[in-house]
Amino acid sequence: MVQAFVLVVNRDPAMMQIIWLSLQVSGLAILLAALGGIPLGTWLGMRPAHRVRWPALIIYTFMGLPPVLVGLLVYLLISSQGPFGVLDLLFTPAAMVIAQTMLALPIVAGLTMTAVRGKDREIRDTAVSLGANGRQVALTVIREARVAIVGAVVAGLGRALAEVGAVMMVGGNIEGQTRVMTTAIVLETRRGNFEMAIGLGMVLLALAFLINALLYRLQGVTQD
Amino acid sequence: MKTGWGKTGYLVLAVLLVLALAAGCGGTGKEHRAGEIRLATTTSTYDSGLLDAIIPVFEERHGYRVSVISVGTGAALEIGKRGDCDVLLVHSREQELELVRQGYFVDRHDVMYNDFVLVGPPADPAGIAGGRDVVAAFRQIAEAGAVFISRGDDSGTHRAELAIWRQTGIEPHGAWYRSVGQGMGDTLRIAGEMQGYTLADRGTWVAMKDRLDLKIVLEGDPVLFNQYGVMAVNPEKHPRINHQGAAALIDFMISGEGQELIARFERGGERLFVPNAHPVRQGKW
Repeated sequence: MVQAFVLVVNRDPAMMQIIWLSLQVSGLAILLAALGGIPLGTWLGMRPAHRVRWPALIIYTFMGLPPVLVGLLVYLLISSQGPFGVLDLLFTPAAMVIAQTMLALPIVAGLTMTAVRGKDREIRDTAVSLGANGRQVALTVIREARVAIVGAVVAGLGRALAEVGAVMMVGGNIEGQTRVMTTAIVLETRRGNFEMAIGLGMVLLALAFLINALLYRLQGVTQD
Repeated sequence: MKTGWGKTGYLVLAVLLVLALAAGCGGTGKEHRAGEIRLATTTSTYDSGLLDAIIPVFEERHGYRVSVISVGTGAALEIGKRGDCDVLLVHSREQELELVRQGYFVDRHDVMYNDFVLVGPPADPAGIAGGRDVVAAFRQIAEAGAVFISRGDDSGTHRAELAIWRQTGIEPHGAWYRSVGQGMGDTLRIAGEMQGYTLADRGTWVAMKDRLDLKIVLEGDPVLFNQYGVMAVNPEKHPRINHQGAAALIDFMISGEGQELIARFERGGERLFVPNAHPVRQGKW
């Protein structure tokens, strides 16, 4: 195991590039997913549950979207014959960000909605009684539910970092351009380089650990 | 604002913003497309390392950058039909010729061949070893009800396997016939684990054989001949592709130098591909 790790770290600058691209793509995807998912989840969470049953059900369903299906959908949209073909996005990191955002956004929105719903009632009553307007109430609710919302972002980031089906499909796993850690693991496995694949997997886990440690601290800070 | 997000919160936000900016500076590639050639190919040419032996030489000679997208033959052909790549290197000759006739691709040439081998468990429960006739061997496997692992992914190898089953007159199905829908490496691994027979391209087999509890039970039957072809996406159908680059890559692969590089490529002391491009005039379709 340790040998596998050393193998990866010692290999070459190409490995650093793969790791860096993974971080960029998934980091940007989770940023976009949070920017869209937190407001959406908050808005839905603050409505009466019976009024938003359908959107809620759809979001919960999309939380389980198979990555390869999202990959195929995005592929068809940005393929040169697709509606967005002129943008030349296929087989670029931008396409990978789009696909991972679509995977992470329902998770962030769904878990935020649940978190807000748990907090909403009494906080809203208090805030309203203090004369807060709609936007202020929403911000108060988000603040109160922030621990769970950070959890939602962590779950979404985990999804983005770990998935392989979507980035393989829309990125193409092109060396030096769209190869990320998960697609590199698939390639090395396919080539029979199991040690290298395991080594890459360990690097991926180590990174996930570091990122989560950071977010966990953030969660801890917010609890004070 | 007293949100309590604290220093760590701003740190996280700053890191995310840096990532976003860096990704933005990376660009989406539009500006690189002029010098870029997209080659859709099968996993067998890429995973074996063959392209690593050819492409850098071509890139240096012609100043293009080649982006390799390695998928199954079925997916590669579909990507090409949609105009999402410039040039293809695949192995499903009949289908390639049909798609050229339909106007999707132009400038198709035979490039090289390798061969398929029938591999199976060392115990050889269907008693195939020593034979030379792959159709008879498939019939024996079916009759013995021995486990057979099929790629099942519409790849060139899968199509070759199905063509052999058609020749046996047997419709392969039942508990013994397991279609796994995966690439060659994965299929070989599964065959090893399940101690089943499978049809493999020699390149992937040579690359993986040391880790597998399998052996070749039959090889050398001309039916197992596996022709690779190279062809360009039709620029009249898809004007935005890099046809000049595609043509340059095709010319290189069928040139004396390209053919020599293919002939010299070895893995594990075995030569994996035999170049057989016709002279340009004769091979053109």
